[in-house]
Amino acid sequence: MENRKKNLRVSVSLWLKRFSIWLLPFSFLAISFFFPLSKILTLTFNVNTLTTENLQLAYRVLDFTFYQAILSTLLTLLLGLPSAYLFARYDFRGKALLRALTAVPFMLPTVAIAAGFNALLGSRGLIHTIFPLSSFVFLGTLPAILLAHVFYNTTIIIRVVGNALSSLDPKMDQAARSLGADSFRLWWNINLPLLRPSILAASLLVFLFDFTSFGVILLLGASKFSTLEVEIYLRVLKLPDLPLAALLSVIQLFCTLIFSILYAHFASRSTTQIAPRSSKSNLRKPKTLREKMFVVTFIFFLSSFFFLPLSALPLRSLFRLEADRGQRGEIQYGFTTDYYTELFVNRRSSVFYVPPIQATLNSLGYASATVALSLLLGFPAALALAKPTRLEKILDPLIMLPLGSSAVMLGLGFIISFGSWLTSPLLVPFAHTLVALPFVIRTLQPALASIPERLRQAASSLGASPFEVWKNIDLPILRRATLAAGTFAFTISLGEFGATLLISRPEYPTIPVAIERFLSQPGGLNYGQAMAMATILMALTTISILLIEKFRLPNAGEF
Amino acid sequence: MLEVRNIFKAYEGRPLLNDISFNVGAGETVCLLGASGSGKSTLLRIIAGLELPDSGLISFNGMDLTNTPPHLRDFGLVFQDYALFPHLNVYDNVAFGLKMRRVTQDQISERVVSSLEMVNLSGFDKRQVTDLSGGEQQRVALARALAPSPRLLMFDEPLGALDRTLREDLLNELRSILHQTNIPAIYVTHDQEEAFTIADRVLILQNGKIIRAGAPAEVWTRPESAFVARFLGLGNVIEGQVTGQQKNGEWTVESDFGVFAVRCAHKHQKGDKVHLLARPLSAENDRFERSEPTRTCRGAGVGERSRNVLQGVVSDVIFQQERFKVVFENGLYVYLSEAPKVAEKLAVRVKVECLL
Repeated sequence: MENRKKNLRVSVSLWLKRFSIWLLPFSFLAISFFFPLSKILTLTFNVNTLTTENLQLAYRVLDFTFYQAILSTLLTLLLGLPSAYLFARYDFRGKALLRALTAVPFMLPTVAIAAGFNALLGSRGLIHTIFPLSSFVFLGTLPAILLAHVFYNTTIIIRVVGNALSSLDPKMDQAARSLGADSFRLWWNINLPLLRPSILAASLLVFLFDFTSFGVILLLGASKFSTLEVEIYLRVLKLPDLPLAALLSVIQLFCTLIFSILYAHFASRSTTQIAPRSSKSNLRKPKTLREKMFVVTFIFFLSSFFFLPLSALPLRSLFRLEADRGQRGEIQYGFTTDYYTELFVNRRSSVFYVPPIQATLNSLGYASATVALSLLLGFPAALALAKPTRLEKILDPLIMLPLGSSAVMLGLGFIISFGSWLTSPLLVPFAHTLVALPFVIRTLQPALASIPERLRQAASSLGASPFEVWKNIDLPILRRATLAAGTFAFTISLGEFGATLLISRPEYPTIPVAIERFLSQPGGLNYGQAMAMATILMALTTISILLIEKFRLPNAGEF
Repeated sequence: MLEVRNIFKAYEGRPLLNDISFNVGAGETVCLLGASGSGKSTLLRIIAGLELPDSGLISFNGMDLTNTPPHLRDFGLVFQDYALFPHLNVYDNVAFGLKMRRVTQDQISERVVSSLEMVNLSGFDKRQVTDLSGGEQQRVALARALAPSPRLLMFDEPLGALDRTLREDLLNELRSILHQTNIPAIYVTHDQEEAFTIADRVLILQNGKIIRAGAPAEVWTRPESAFVARFLGLGNVIEGQVTGQQKNGEWTVESDFGVFAVRCAHKHQKGDKVHLLARPLSAENDRFERSEPTRTCRGAGVGERSRNVLQGVVSDVIFQQERFKVVFENGLYVYLSEAPKVAEKLAVRVKVECLL
């Protein structure tokens, strides 16, 4: 009897403790995600919204969204699978560098990628000014969109399938060959079935990113193409019809949820099926002529495909290739730092015009607020999820749900729910935190869970007192994870485009929003400034990525 | 030195350790050998201070340590999964214990260098521990435990995560390091070969009790129970029944495999169930009979000649360097220096021991 009472008291206090941990993250999610979501749902399921006309338009947009996403995924596989094979099986000089190069675009903001392709292939880009072929049109074409999608998603295939491929036992190849299988049969009957879950998982992830792609389609599609994301944006800002936007975003959320569940299913299968083993033994130097041709061709192709758009951007931002708007007389073509010095100048003293430097400062301010907010909310959640109770295991996907919903939809939800507060610049860090929170939790959680009792026990058996254990073991490990998570949040906030475009106030633009504005203006100076800002964005992001890699504990998980 | 007295520990009402007592002397290596679930790791954690016993006493040099927290015990601990600090490099991992003891920088670097030398990792100090192989990581963990010169070293299945050849190499190195440093050690393992290689004394645990303790050779020659004989793989364990009174110091035991005469100091009664051990190496090679064992081997009236004879149809003959392992269809096996043929009927005289 005494005992039961004591147990009850213990469990009640345990629940209180758990409850207080969850209070902050959940109130945040309730206010900034689930409340807007409920608003969107009520707006959608309404007789005035579900008209034949609206549904027909939704069907048309959905049709194109699927079309471009499937096409992009297939093209990404076309490039990604041989590349994965290259990285998983061959050893060559500069491999680590090339691998890192292929991974950079994935981490870059889509605005910077769009600007990069614009700088390389656009009508005012490098290639056009060097070889003026009027018949070649890039911007506003489907290939432009597909190319950009392939550009930043190929690394997913390389990583996921490459990891699976390099963990296949080479002896299996030899066994199959000794049983009489030729190369085709070896791949068809042995390797492909074993790789299938990871290929499917990687493809679904790529598809998901293509399906929800926004910045690339808006900026490279030149408003000729409309996916769900772009259409939602248009129905909010350009041709206001909020119920229709809500309907589209519900369709979007439903689709992404289904694909996310499918992805989780295949991802779990791809990790369990292939036993982990040292991946060193699979590597070899290319020997036969055919192998050498394959390796050399692919190294050349991959390095130029990934290097050119990335380098075109800073290059283009340093050269004047066309007249500035309203500029008359002698034009000084060639090298210039004008685009950077102009960043500090307010050319037109209009209310809605903000000097680029101000946009940069806005971005940095929003990013800092996002870091603070997402760490404040992420820490308790990660702490609870590091040692989850049964109930918390169910809560976990709930926290990750904002990840499955698109940025534009989050923006729409904010507009519908907090319309009267849209004047507050506070909304932007809230939206960014919503996007960053899943990443922050996923970065902190393994670190918190990975300080196994063993490490603390080892330390105390070496003579460390409980305080010394905390100071020498817990704190340094957490500090690194916190820095990594904070930088993650910072990077995401810097590059966030979809939600920001919808909810940021005209006088407080961020870097990506300013880039979009500059790109839509005529004149060489505007274009050059867009390039300069995109270059700054790219540089800031690259530095952040390097910092994350430095802080992150090895083997702390990917994606 | 270390004294463990009457340790009891239960978990959720299930006894894990049941009255464990033993000593570890100066420079002695004691091995706790048992299957998983025997309680050996729990016992180690109690000695390390990571868990408290329900009752009992742990003391070192006469000083009671039962309630002393682990960091004040000065016992080094090596885990199966190394538990290296991932945010520190090799040098800082090894130096950790010395830093906790407020040793000067000069002495620290001297000790780190000599500890790394001892485990053959000289020059690894600046490496990241996450870049090392499993074997190298375990060497670092060993150097880390050795560096502060603890008064007792404890090993929790330290080689369990390594492959076989690496395990043998490391085991031999560990043995010579333990001899060299003369630090008393407790070594937990489920692998009897490992235990016999490293231990001065072996304690075999079953269900939370020590069921046999002694020097490796002693345990090997006198397992004293069917469980120990089977666990150590000493040979054929045969279940039988005592049929008569002791005659000339020998008991007659009847079993499914024949009638055996066994000499032992036990006081058996007629009808007692006993276990016998027939070691495969004791087979008397020179007297193996190729004659057809037609006579029944059961019941009274069996002649002297057919006692302590294993017989049956040979189902397999395996070459093992200096001998052949001969397996009978009934599952018994012996080692012979001459190979019989498969399917041949064979009778082999063996020595049997009584296991109780």
